[in-house]
Amino acid sequence: MTFHVSRFKLRHYQNNSNMNTREKILEAVLKNQPPTTALPDITMFKGNSIDLIQKYMDIFKTIGGSSFLVDDIAAVKILISENFDTAKRIVTTLPELSDRFELISAAANPRSYDDIELAIIKAHFSVAENGAVWLAEEVMGQRIIPYICQHLAVIVHAESIVPTLHEAYEKIGAGDYDFGAFISGPSKTADIEQALVLGAHGPLTMTVFILK
Amino acid sequence: MSQTKTKDHAALAAAFIKDEERVDWHDGALWYIREKRDIAAKQIPEWEELREAASMIKSNVISNLHEYLLQFEANLKKNGVMVHWADNAQEHNEIVYSILKAKEISQMVKSKSMLTEECHLNEYLEEHGIEVINSDLGEYIQQIDNEPPSHIVLPCIHKRKEEIGELFHEHLGTEKGLSDPTLLTRVARKHLRNIFLTRRGALTGVNFAVAETGEYVVCTNEGNADMGAHLSEVQIASMGLEKLIPQKKHLGIFLRLLARSATGQPITIYSSHYKKPREGQEMHLILVDGGRTRQLGRPDFRESLKCIKCGACMNTCPVYRKSGGLSYHNTISGPIGAILAPNLDMEKHADLPYASTLCGSCSNVCPVKINIHEQLYKWRQVIVKEGYAANTKALGMKTMAWTLSSPGKFTTAGKAGRWFLHNIPFVVNNKFNPWYKQRDMPEGPRESFAEWFIKNKE
Repeated sequence: MTFHVSRFKLRHYQNNSNMNTREKILEAVLKNQPPTTALPDITMFKGNSIDLIQKYMDIFKTIGGSSFLVDDIAAVKILISENFDTAKRIVTTLPELSDRFELISAAANPRSYDDIELAIIKAHFSVAENGAVWLAEEVMGQRIIPYICQHLAVIVHAESIVPTLHEAYEKIGAGDYDFGAFISGPSKTADIEQALVLGAHGPLTMTVFILK
Repeated sequence: MSQTKTKDHAALAAAFIKDEERVDWHDGALWYIREKRDIAAKQIPEWEELREAASMIKSNVISNLHEYLLQFEANLKKNGVMVHWADNAQEHNEIVYSILKAKEISQMVKSKSMLTEECHLNEYLEEHGIEVINSDLGEYIQQIDNEPPSHIVLPCIHKRKEEIGELFHEHLGTEKGLSDPTLLTRVARKHLRNIFLTRRGALTGVNFAVAETGEYVVCTNEGNADMGAHLSEVQIASMGLEKLIPQKKHLGIFLRLLARSATGQPITIYSSHYKKPREGQEMHLILVDGGRTRQLGRPDFRESLKCIKCGACMNTCPVYRKSGGLSYHNTISGPIGAILAPNLDMEKHADLPYASTLCGSCSNVCPVKINIHEQLYKWRQVIVKEGYAANTKALGMKTMAWTLSSPGKFTTAGKAGRWFLHNIPFVVNNKFNPWYKQRDMPEGPRESFAEWFIKNKE
């Protein structure tokens, strides 16, 4: 009799899988996890703040990006017209560039941005040790923008550059974003015989304008 | 998947090393990446402290996993992400299928995820009428060649560009003989862009999941995970339970270590932090056990759950470099694969802990300081004890145990060995002696130490 009951229970258990799988996994974790160990203190990890602009520019170059140190937005406009094909579709999130380029609409279908040649957006800050810029969704216009464009241009304030990722996460803090990303150069692959190719699925180039 | 017994590592490696030129090239390609890792690591003066901190954070995760899982789940729900739990591969695959089916999605694009390889998700979905395309270039190449990835970071590192050109000619209609990596990549870029733009369902793996905030981080160089996810209506992320980290600030430690250990880059091009679905999008996350709780219960092997899948242990391993990832017949190959696989199926993977020289290089480069070579050694003992050792090894061990059990037997065996080596060497120098393969037997000494000692003690 007990045999039948347990068989029934077992089947019931298996059929009503999701809730019970959760319980089963959590129970096994609790049973098998070792006695608790403490988290390390990581406050001593800090970078060096000397010469951050130069460091950033040097690293960014080694990962295949190009950067310009500029005085103002007017200088950015000139460099863009010199370096990109402005006859093609160029989008931006910056109101100060909306006289020349299309403003990104948060409501548009993300697929409608497939044909953009260049996206110009503003980063919250950048990281000297690895060339990355930090972008939360609100400065991307849409999540897909920095990935789908053929070329990506990012504007960042010189004084916002931090030495390492430790300062970066300090700056992000709790971060009230729905999506955010560190982006550090043009998309790349070395999957074919370790030969580096810039422009895998994302942008072919990335340019950073550092505003003095 | 076929249930027939696969060949073991030694047999598969024997096939790989037949092409000596390829072995040398493969060996060199991986060593080059190992060197890039060294250069990157040396630029960080606090590198060793970072490894230690990462290892300690992961120890804390392993020892508080229950609490972190609950915290992560609660935060995911708060963020509007649907949470699923899967005990094994079958349950995982069923969940993915049910999510897609509810939305009537019959085509999905997938970014690199070793977990879904481990679950054989593609095969399962295809059997159920859903087409899956791998979007990481290396994984795409492996998929069209009907082969699993041979390396967790560099899926087709074992292939020559001419072979890839041939595959592209066959599947993408490129000109015969085209093998230039840039041109081939451009062709794949164009082809896969169309896939991204037309797929309503996208699945990604997870590199790090933050318990404190419910966000998860996906790292790629190609941008493929984001292209798929941000253009999809339904986004699914699959992760093993061990991918959790406690707090967001810990990402600073792990992201500094990951790419430098993997390829020598200071960070992957994209480190995307997914927290909430896009307006109008559905976001699902599947937490998969798949033997991880069992490994958690093995004190000698639970440290393997700290792995952040950088592949550094493979790039440095002399056995991996010279035998190729596919010879490990397991999704995760190399030293880390050899300590993870026996937990999943001890009989099937009994050979893998032996695919090592125990040199310890893997442990030295591991960014979370897993004692990989010690675990390889310990698995050997477990495997012999449980009766899963290969017959030749078991026989050898028994003979050795018998020989070493008394001084008399040892002395006789030594004499016999020396006599054979000197007088009729072909008895040992033949193909029946596995040690003789690609080696010459030593010239035996004239006498043993014991014999010399007796003669000279006066």
